[in-house]
Formats: sequence, structure tokens, C-alpha cells
Amino acid sequence: MGVTVNGVEHVRDVEPRLLLVHLLRDELRLTGTHWGCDTSNCGACIVWMDGLPVKSCTVLAVMADGRSVRTVEDLEGPFGLDQVQQSFMDCHGLQCGFCTPGMLMTARKLLDDNPDPTDTEIRQAISGQICRCTGYRNIVAAIRHAADAEAVGRGDT
Amino acid sequence: MQVPAFFEYQRATSVEHVVTLLERFGPEARIVAGGHSLIPMMKLRLAQPELLVDVNDLHELSGISVSEGELRIGALTRHAELLASPVAGEHFPILHDAERVIADPVVRNRGTIGGSVCQADPSEDLSGVFTSLRAVAVVRGTGGDRTVPMREFFHGPYETAVRPAEILVELRVPLRPGAGSAYVKVDRRAGDWAVAAAGAVVSLDADGVVTEVGIGLTAVGDADFTAVEAEDLLRGRVADDDAFAAAGAAAAEHCRPTADQRGPVDYKRHLAGELTVRALRAATARAHRGGFPE
Ligand SMILES: Cc1cc2nc3c(=O)[nH]c(=O)nc-3n(C[C@H](O)[C@H](O)[C@H](O)COP(=O)(O)OP(=O)(O)OC[C@H]3O[C@@H](n4cnc5c(N)ncnc54)[C@H](O)[C@@H]3O)c2cc1C
Ligand code: FES
Ligand code: FES
Repeated sequence: MGVTVNGVEHVRDVEPRLLLVHLLRDELRLTGTHWGCDTSNCGACIVWMDGLPVKSCTVLAVMADGRSVRTVEDLEGPFGLDQVQQSFMDCHGLQCGFCTPGMLMTARKLLDDNPDPTDTEIRQAISGQICRCTGYRNIVAAIRHAADAEAVGRGDT
Repeated sequence: MQVPAFFEYQRATSVEHVVTLLERFGPEARIVAGGHSLIPMMKLRLAQPELLVDVNDLHELSGISVSEGELRIGALTRHAELLASPVAGEHFPILHDAERVIADPVVRNRGTIGGSVCQADPSEDLSGVFTSLRAVAVVRGTGGDRTVPMREFFHGPYETAVRPAEILVELRVPLRPGAGSAYVKVDRRAGDWAVAAAGAVVSLDADGVVTEVGIGLTAVGDADFTAVEAEDLLRGRVADDDAFAAAGAAAAEHCRPTADQRGPVDYKRHLAGELTVRALRAATARAHRGGFPE
């Protein structure tokens, strides 16, 4: 199979039963994507496939054959951290960091689609994800902060 | 770590290709669409297919359109696409009511309409939605297409009218100008499966009398996801609170819930009645008396 991950094409010979999360972590050594509940409930394993967030513990690696995958490692750009990463740091949006890669990937997608979400929309966007330490308030605040910072960057405000 | 048993994998290139593969490999072959029911079952080894036929490249299976007086929803349409579809919401708000409370946004990016109804889990929200809408399933096998009314589609938990060498192609919902529709669900937390849920579709004449009604129930043990007794009671009556209460009582009486970690039987029976009332009330509020003056 061949899959483009963060813009780089990888060709691997894999068993059909290998899950995408394990291809990313164990074969490609991209351990930024976390592996938690294994039952599509916690969202630690969220990556983008063909531009949409998916839970990679419930996608077979072979199902990504010919598709493009984006993981948390791709958020940082040539000019530093992505705004959502920076805002999670600034707003204390993480403690242990276990849920953070998944939170960042859905946050990035939300703001790409909807640059000025309401708090309710933010809460809905992360409703399939579980954080066991920070509490959701700071995560929501971090995403709000990122939206505001990007609006300033665009000159919207 | 949960690992599925060994299986082979093929990416289908056409619907005909799917049918050929299913025919050749027999009942040990399974279609995989979003995989959000099948892969968890394979990880738990509750399902051990020998061949998975991946239909995700078959774009002819996705999409939502209105044609020949029907809303047509391709089997591979994702939950998120149905939720975002203006044409679906305009004709049948029940579809958006339900999609808003099915799983979470990330699961909805992947899970499909066809996978949901073919899974036929007793708690599947769309089952009760499509029975209340009197939708029709289009199923394709080697002999061509055949249609199955959704009210005859479910043959018991995890069993449907789709035969081993067949594929569900699309769902068709007959348009009902002026009808109102709604779906209400009680769950324990955001994104969870229903404790109980009810859907209603109501058509009214100019005097507010119910001319046709569909009531679907989810997670309360009705094998066909339909509250026929409640429907019979309502047809021909003025759509008011007394009529809704009678329909709710009939729905509660005739459902067959089982106790599980989501609640005891009497609680679920109570919900079946109360949610039927609320769905009917909401659907009626959205209906136009006498249909649209078209
Ligand atoms: C965390 C989580 C929460 C969920 N919460 C809810 C909820 O609240 N309410 C709810 O209703 N659902 C819920 N679901 C279920 C979800 O809606 C369905 O699992 C999912 O949409 C099934 O679709 P799929 O495309 O993933 O099916 P798959 O897993 O790919 O397939 C399911 C079954 O259908 C068969 N199949 C698929 N497509 C076809 C076809 N075109 N023709 C014939 N057979 C086919 C497969 O062979 C398989 O047997 C939840 C799922 C998860 C993971
Ligand atoms: S590990 Fe995939 S959702 Fe928890
Ligand atoms: S920061 Fe620890 S789980 Fe969210």
C-alpha cells in the first residue's frame, strides 16, 4: 500500500488487519498521534484522512491506501507552531497532553471551516473526545483564543 | 490491544465488482463502508469475515438528490453529509434532528447511512427514522435491482433483507409536501446510543386532521422499529394533545424493551410513550395544514 502522510509518500507491505493508528505510530514512527481507548470513543487517535478528521483506531491502514493523511506532526510550519498549538500553550489547554493531538487536529479543522465559532460550536466539535485532566473549559478557551488570534492576523478585527 | 482475526482485503472498483466478489466468496465476505460498526466488531472478534470488500471508492453510491418525487440518499453518504444537506433538511427535518444526535462529529465523518441501516443494531437511530418516513431500500445483486420497504427491511437484531451477495445501493424517501417530521432521543451523554428515541412524520388536512402518520421507535425492542398501533390510532383524528397522549400510550404498551445498562424496562417503556408524544407534537408544529398550495 501507499499512503501520503504529511506530504510524504510511504510504501509499505502491511497486513489488512493493521489499524491506521498503528501504521502511523509503529511503522512510520509518528508517535504524536496517540492511542487510547481503542474503541472510537476518546479521540486521542484523531488524524485527518483526505482532509477530514477520523478516529484512526477504527480505520484500517489499507483503507488509507492512495489517500492522504495529516497528523499532529504536520501542524508546526516553517514559521513555528500552528496558532492552535500556541493557544493551547498560552491558555493551559493541556496538562498531561494525552488528548492534545486529537484536540489540536479537530480544533484546526474547525477553525479552517468556521473561523469564528461560538463556544457551543467548539464544544460540539470536540464532543467525541475525552480529556481526563484539564477539563474542557481551558480547551474551549484555547480554541477561542486561537480563533481570535487568527482574526487579528487576518486583519478582521 | 484489540486485533482483528486474519482476513483478505479488496478495494471494489464498481458496484458490479462488489456483487461479483460477494458471490464468489459467499457469506464469509463482508462489505466495509465507514467501518465504524464492523471494525469494532472485528476487533472484538464478534465478526470474523474472511474477505472485506471496501466500497469507499464507489462515488456512485454517495450523494443526496431529489428525483421523481423522492429524496434519494446513496448508501455511502456519510452521516456528516446528510447533516449538512440543505435539501434533506428542507424536506425532512427529522433527518437533521437525528443526525445531530448520532455519535459525534468525527464518527459522523466516516459512518455511512447504508452501514447504519445494514448494521441493524436495535439502537440504530436511522432505523426508526427511515421506518417512520416509509422509505424504500434499493438493493442490487446479480439479478439486478430490487426494492424493499424499510418496514420489511429489518429481520431482527443485526439481520436485514439484504442477502449475502447483495449490496444496498440507496434509500428513497417519497416526498410528502406539507408533512412535518421530527426526531427526539434520550441518551446518557453527548454522542451516546439512545436509551430510547422516537421519530414522527405527520400529514394534516385543512382541518388539522391527521391524514397520514409514521412513527418510528429506536432501542425499545420493536423488531421493525415501528409503532403501528399508535399510527392506526391517530389516523383520522384531530392532531391535538389528547390524540398524542393516546398514541403515546399505545406505543408504550406495544413496545418490548429489555433491561440493560441504559435502563430498566419500565423506564424505557415510559420513554417510548413520552418521546412518541414529543415527536408527534414537534412534527405537527412543522406540518402545513392541507399540504402546500402547489
Ligand atoms: C463511538 C460511536 C458512537 C456511535 N453512536 C451512534 C448513535 O448514537 N446512534 C447510531 O445510530 N449509531 C451510532 N454509531 C454507529 C454509527 O452510526 C454506525 O456504526 C455507522 O454509521 C455504521 O456505518 P458504517 O458505514 O461505519 O458501517 P460499517 O461498519 O462499514 O458496516 C456495518 C454493517 O453494514 C454492512 N454494510 C455497510 N454498507 C453496506 C451496503 N452498502 N450494503 C450492504 N451492507 C452494507 C457491513 O457489511 C456491516 O455488516 C456509533 C458508532 C461509534 C463508533
Ligand atoms: S483510541 Fe481511537 S478513539 Fe480512543
Ligand atoms: S490533558 Fe491529559 S487527557 Fe487531556
